[in-house]
Amino acid sequence: MLDSVEMSSADLSLQGWQKKDLLDTDVLTRDEIMLIMQNADVMAGVRSRRERKVATLRGRTIVTLFYEQSTRTRASFEVAGKALGADVVNITASGSSVGKGESLVDTVRTLEAIGADALVLRHHRSGAACLAARHTAAGVINGGDGTHAHPTQALLDLFTMRRRFGDIAGRKIVIVGDVLHSRVARSNLWSLVALGAQVVLCGPATLLPRTIGGGDFEEGRCEVTTDFDAAIQGADVVMALRMQKERQERGLIPSLREYINGYQVTTRRLERAAPDALVMHPGPMNEGVEIAPDVAHGLRSVIEEQVANGVAVRMAILYLLVAGRYS
Amino acid sequence: MSERVLFRGARVYDPGDGLSERALDVLVADGVVAAVGLDVQADDVRVIGATGCIVAPGFIDLHAHLREPGFEQKGTIATETLAALEGGFTTICAMPNTEPAPDSGPVVEALLKRIARDAHVRVLPIGCVTRGRAGKSLAELSELAAAGCVAFSDDGNAVADGRLMRHALELAGALGLPISEHSDDPVLDANGSMNEGRVSERLGLPGQPAAAEVAAIARDIALCETTGGRLHVAHISTARGVELVAEAKARGLAVTCEVTPSHLYLTEDAVAGPGGVPVYDTNARVNPPLRTETDRRALLAGLEAGVIDAIATDHAPHAVEDKLCEFDDAAPGISVLDTALGTLGLLIERGELRMETAFRALTAGPARAFGLEKRLPGIGTLDRGVAGDLVLLDPSARWVVDATRMKSKGKNTPLAGQELVGEVRAVMIGGSLVFERGQVHA
Amino acid sequence: MTETLHLGPDEIGRMIRRLAHEIVENNRGAEGLVLAGMLARGYPLAARLEAEIARFESMDVPTGSLDIGLYRDDVTRRSTPISLRPSQMPDIDGATVVLVDDVLFTGRSVRAALDALLDFGRPARVRLAVLIDRGHRELPIRPDFVGKNIPTALVQSVDVRLLETDGEDGVYVSGEEAAHA
Repeated sequence: MLDSVEMSSADLSLQGWQKKDLLDTDVLTRDEIMLIMQNADVMAGVRSRRERKVATLRGRTIVTLFYEQSTRTRASFEVAGKALGADVVNITASGSSVGKGESLVDTVRTLEAIGADALVLRHHRSGAACLAARHTAAGVINGGDGTHAHPTQALLDLFTMRRRFGDIAGRKIVIVGDVLHSRVARSNLWSLVALGAQVVLCGPATLLPRTIGGGDFEEGRCEVTTDFDAAIQGADVVMALRMQKERQERGLIPSLREYINGYQVTTRRLERAAPDALVMHPGPMNEGVEIAPDVAHGLRSVIEEQVANGVAVRMAILYLLVAGRYS
Repeated sequence: MSERVLFRGARVYDPGDGLSERALDVLVADGVVAAVGLDVQADDVRVIGATGCIVAPGFIDLHAHLREPGFEQKGTIATETLAALEGGFTTICAMPNTEPAPDSGPVVEALLKRIARDAHVRVLPIGCVTRGRAGKSLAELSELAAAGCVAFSDDGNAVADGRLMRHALELAGALGLPISEHSDDPVLDANGSMNEGRVSERLGLPGQPAAAEVAAIARDIALCETTGGRLHVAHISTARGVELVAEAKARGLAVTCEVTPSHLYLTEDAVAGPGGVPVYDTNARVNPPLRTETDRRALLAGLEAGVIDAIATDHAPHAVEDKLCEFDDAAPGISVLDTALGTLGLLIERGELRMETAFRALTAGPARAFGLEKRLPGIGTLDRGVAGDLVLLDPSARWVVDATRMKSKGKNTPLAGQELVGEVRAVMIGGSLVFERGQVHA
Repeated sequence: MTETLHLGPDEIGRMIRRLAHEIVENNRGAEGLVLAGMLARGYPLAARLEAEIARFESMDVPTGSLDIGLYRDDVTRRSTPISLRPSQMPDIDGATVVLVDDVLFTGRSVRAALDALLDFGRPARVRLAVLIDRGHRELPIRPDFVGKNIPTALVQSVDVRLLETDGEDGVYVSGEEAAHA
């Protein structure tokens, strides 16, 4: 056991970590993804001890800047930052000068001046994290931007899969739901394919991308289909996405009922998946819409594990972005 | 004010004759083009050596946003016409999305007073199609025409109501003026901030489907046919749109259209940037959006075939804060007047655009599309006796875009740092030498 | 740069056997002992000590690996982050924990290891065993068990290589003026 740990981490440490920001999974190399996974293992070890906190980032300041409502992502980053000994300051759009019309760029510059070493940004606009990253020397972590990317969710999903399966190469992962508007689906796609998984994107035709998929990857790495019952056949992971009721109002689906008939993850549908298949969901769930309640809380569900793993993965990311910033 | 100037040894572009093979001399005297030929002799003239350069009629822009009155933080008549002048444009048509919008005679008259006071080039106002550009009821088009408007447009918005558009075409047609329409189906475009396709899906940005423009052009052509009015399709951006216009022209309808240098040169990829972390370049946000390479090729082909009549800038200066923000919140528009010629020069150098095609679409093409020769006889030509509006340019000069040095108040260009080809050396308007740049070869 | 083989495989083997005996003797038996090998090279040394003790005491001493990356005093003073490895420690509450490392130098790693160790529990006492003590302490830390003292100059470096991590057993000293034993 020692040998394998030694060899792989030695290989990766040579690469080090050079990135200032974590904006999406598509700009990470395979080695960088693996480095995050290994550090997350270390952090999961920290979280499982009696003393669940270290002082590594003592004296560093992490600011979470949230322009959208969020429970788990914000709390997860806060716990992760504090578990590393950093000071964590939480700012939400409703309780700050953001509400008074201050621009994102000005806000980010102000937070840097206050001494933020890293900013975790959640924003309703795609590209907000990329914009913020260009205008601050602080490390920027994309905590979800519009319908673009949610890399920390994708990495914690990957971590969860690896904890169950080890290597995920060749595993069939079905992502079902509103793929087109899902930052979670996008970021998952890049990292899963990078690690050799076979990804199937599945949903109603109006909620599937028209250009992302097959052409971007090697043959068979990514498939896009409207037929969930066929897609789930032999799946190792079924990841349901949150179905926003607004999609029905905008006419993208005729009714939730029709969506549920075609795409809800149910016990019955899961019978077609692999025997040890995992059910995942990035949360928050609409139980009874994209996922049946008995599945959400059933034996195959690792949804709560995803949340717990989120802390370890975010600790790993904060460590990489904040610990190596001395110059 | 009027001067006697002899350009010595330039190749000459004239819409009637094309680009001369040989170097000629051009004499401007008493406010008009006095002579074009070999070894023109004249006394008491200022001689400007023009070896390696080209003399062409001053460029005409059918589509510019000057921002004044109402949005002077973005641009003013003075700043934007200076940018036009140094870009080689001697006549520009000002779009009416100002505050107040020119939807009545008095507003146009007040605008013309400002123009007379501040403008560095000829500025022709375009009046609103609907009151306040609100799309609810028609503006008094005949009063606007009498006040001096050369066309009507609600640019920035389409005239979404088909019935209003029909009546606008009828009334404007009776006045002999075109409707310059921002052809777009606002329901289909669904507030998309860029072209719908590969890049919008990758970046998670809401897309405008090409169909929103194509459907609108189809409607507008049908209404043009119904009414016998004159339709000018502003800033066409789709391959299918060009086909529709070609078909309409083939059937003899009074349809013209224009394309911007931005759409001829850039594609949707400009939003993402060169690779790696996407840039979400707000300076590449424009309406209609930058499209695909297929569309770009079709626009170039349409220009070459004469389906597209004019290259118009859709110059849209913005203040820094309008662009230093999230992509979906950024104001659409590109500041183009400073870079238009250099961008076209780059396309010419790459072999994607013929020089004569570009010149035609900057001179006679736009003049005919808006019928400007009725107002300014001979505009867009170098016919003898025509008002001396001309530009001397060096087609091979290379320069790098530095947004901070652009004359336009709007520094919003996606071309910053880009090397362009072709630069204006001198401009005459009405026979007066109003601009000279750098060393002109003796 | 000269590099001198200072100690070979036989000498390392003898040192480990002696250290194992000293540790057990000091503890009056192997009962209540825990070996904590500091990563990277302290861990294989701890494992060898464990095997040695098992041989003469017929008892398996709980042995763990301890990574100090998160505890180093220079962790936020570097331009790239220190790579981390998972620690795997047995229960240490009330135990006599022997920290094991290859080279004792400034004492800063041992300081970090003490912090790391205490996050796993509350041992009755902590001892320090090192293969080589090369001097130049910067903190008030002293080893309890030493394989060999090698006096060095600051500019020199001492390099312990082990079969498990480097494919050979040997202690090398390099630098301008390699000290002689």
